[in-house]
Amino acid sequence: MFNISKKDAITFLLFSIVVLTMPIWLAPLGASYPGLLQKFAIYALLAVGYNILFGLTGYLSFGHAAFLGVGSYAAVWSFKLLSMNPVLALVFAMVFSGIFALAIGFVSLRRSGIYFSILTLAFAQMSYKLAYSVLSPITHGENGLQLTLQDPRAIDLMFIERGSSLPVSSFFGIPMNGYAGFYFCAIILLIGFFIAQKITSSPFGMMLKGIKSNEDRMNYTGFNTKPYMLTAFVISGMYAGIAGGLLSITDPLAGAERMQWTASGELVLMTILGGVGTLVGPVIGAWIIKYFENIFSAWNESVLHGFFSFLPDNIESFVVLISSKFVGEGWHLTLGLMFVLVVVFLPGGIMEGVRRISAMFKKNNDAEKEVIDPDNIPKSTSGKGE
Amino acid sequence: MDAFFLQVLNGLDKGGAYALIALGLTLVFGTLGVVNFAHGALFMIGAFCAVTFRKIITLQQVALSETELSPWGTPLEIHTPYAQMWFGDFGKVLIDYSVPFSLLLAIPVMLFIGIAMERGLIKHFYKRPHAEQILVTFGLAIVLQEIVKTFFGANPNPQPIPQAFQGAADLGVLVGMAQHTITYPIWRLVYLLFSLGVIAAVFAFLRFTTFGLVVRAGMNDRETVSMLGINIDKRFTIMFGIAAIVAGLAGVMYTPILPPDYTLGMDFLVLSFIVVVVGGMGSLPGAVLAGFTLGVVQSLASMTVVKDIIPGIDQIIIYLVAVIILLVRPRGLFGKRGVMEN
Repeated sequence: MFNISKKDAITFLLFSIVVLTMPIWLAPLGASYPGLLQKFAIYALLAVGYNILFGLTGYLSFGHAAFLGVGSYAAVWSFKLLSMNPVLALVFAMVFSGIFALAIGFVSLRRSGIYFSILTLAFAQMSYKLAYSVLSPITHGENGLQLTLQDPRAIDLMFIERGSSLPVSSFFGIPMNGYAGFYFCAIILLIGFFIAQKITSSPFGMMLKGIKSNEDRMNYTGFNTKPYMLTAFVISGMYAGIAGGLLSITDPLAGAERMQWTASGELVLMTILGGVGTLVGPVIGAWIIKYFENIFSAWNESVLHGFFSFLPDNIESFVVLISSKFVGEGWHLTLGLMFVLVVVFLPGGIMEGVRRISAMFKKNNDAEKEVIDPDNIPKSTSGKGE
Repeated sequence: MDAFFLQVLNGLDKGGAYALIALGLTLVFGTLGVVNFAHGALFMIGAFCAVTFRKIITLQQVALSETELSPWGTPLEIHTPYAQMWFGDFGKVLIDYSVPFSLLLAIPVMLFIGIAMERGLIKHFYKRPHAEQILVTFGLAIVLQEIVKTFFGANPNPQPIPQAFQGAADLGVLVGMAQHTITYPIWRLVYLLFSLGVIAAVFAFLRFTTFGLVVRAGMNDRETVSMLGINIDKRFTIMFGIAAIVAGLAGVMYTPILPPDYTLGMDFLVLSFIVVVVGGMGSLPGAVLAGFTLGVVQSLASMTVVKDIIPGIDQIIIYLVAVIILLVRPRGLFGKRGVMEN
């Protein structure tokens, strides 16, 4: 079960190091606080799961936000009714989002192409609208589902007294906020990443890639593609559900706006920006978008003044005036522009950029072999590095 | 029964907006084969043409009155719009009818934006997969939204209805019912008639002009038409401009009904996409029919009678109808085989 190819093992190792040291290397970027780190891990997991569907099979789902929402609600209900244990909540989130994905996938996968996208979109919007209106006994509508002091919490109260303040989700005594919460999310992310790696390299993953390149031909060779597609859809939905559960674990408040179609759109943006079909790409995309949303959007003119202070006064105020339109409130503009540029020039996302640059270096290395370059002689040291 | 009529009217009215946006989307898809997620943004830009026009037309000269005093004891300020100073009574009319007059501004602006969009960005995406077209136009929609937000802020900009069209019309009297049984805001009736007019104009343009003939031929078989020596690309570009105009005009006339803010486009985008898919991708009559049908269905579902039977149905009915139609008729109401299925 744990035997993976050497290349995958190295990727996984590097990925684990990058994720687990995030509090350190994000500090200079101003993003090393637990709330954001948790989001980084959670949305990375969401994007990894989405990529199993969109990246491997090419089916563009616009409804994954619904699974995120279902996962959140399931987790909060598990807190309210049973226990504050995050693992139990995750199991609930996974099961419910899985069932939900099975139902939606069963119907939506009868169509392909844009019709599939519209069907998933329609289901997600229905869930969103219902969560806001009729289902408010379950979802608490606009207020969002929250913990209260009067919650039954059947399992917890068998062992401990009811406290006077709202309980925090805790993993056998470790509270799931702050850095502990981040490491919990990070470990789930690593497990999810590992499973995604296994899926990608498995015969099942090959089947999904086959569906992406030509579904008709797969059918002609005698495979019934539907069960494979449905499995991929459900797995991907479960990832989204777990991500939703983690959102609730780190902050036990589930709102319906998580299910809105713009949330699905954001997920698509993350995946595309990073690189569809690659394992690491969607993660990078998720990090960039979350970084923009949380850090970049907080930049204001005084930050810019500090940043451009080396310029002469007149030019400085002009530059600040122009660039202030792109940061802070206007961060969406930067995001949109970046997105357009990526789709136009790098259809494979950032990962394609990385690939192109490394290919360029390789070419340079090949060319430099003729001219003896003392830095480049031993082949073993020239690698990709980190 | 009156409630039923009212809701049908409401639905037709809403359907008019859906149909206009969906018509433009379908024009672009049918001619250029591009799925344009920025179409909602064009609707929004149209609406902001009306806002801009009104801002320009109501620029005021402020003078201090020499005799009168304001309640605070300072000289009273007299605001006179420049338009009124320069054009006299016509200026007053211009201000009152700012929304209809801004149609004149919207047409060239939307044509320009549409053609610039097509030439600048979208033409590079004809051969790319539909997913990438969706994504790039989605990104473009975000950019357009944010640009509008930079200039106009995030608050809605309410636009007044011209004096003559304010109030409600008593429609029941026309068909011999008692007074005040069916009353309906006049501007909404105007909107309905306007949308029908625009739809008729687009169809007539395609049906009865040589240009339309060529475009229709190109929609059927682009290669043959270009082999006959016709520059079909150029005409399709103009069709993109026309689609932008249709969306823009729909936006202008909608401003008195719903004060536009920069998210207006996104709100309409999802619905109009569902309209297009229900009507059948690439089918113009399908888009119009589906627009009105979904509008009416949505309005009927929000009647209390219906809501009592199935709670919450008004929230989801459009999506439910879309799901059912897509499952029963895979290509929508009028869709052709093999369009957008992979």
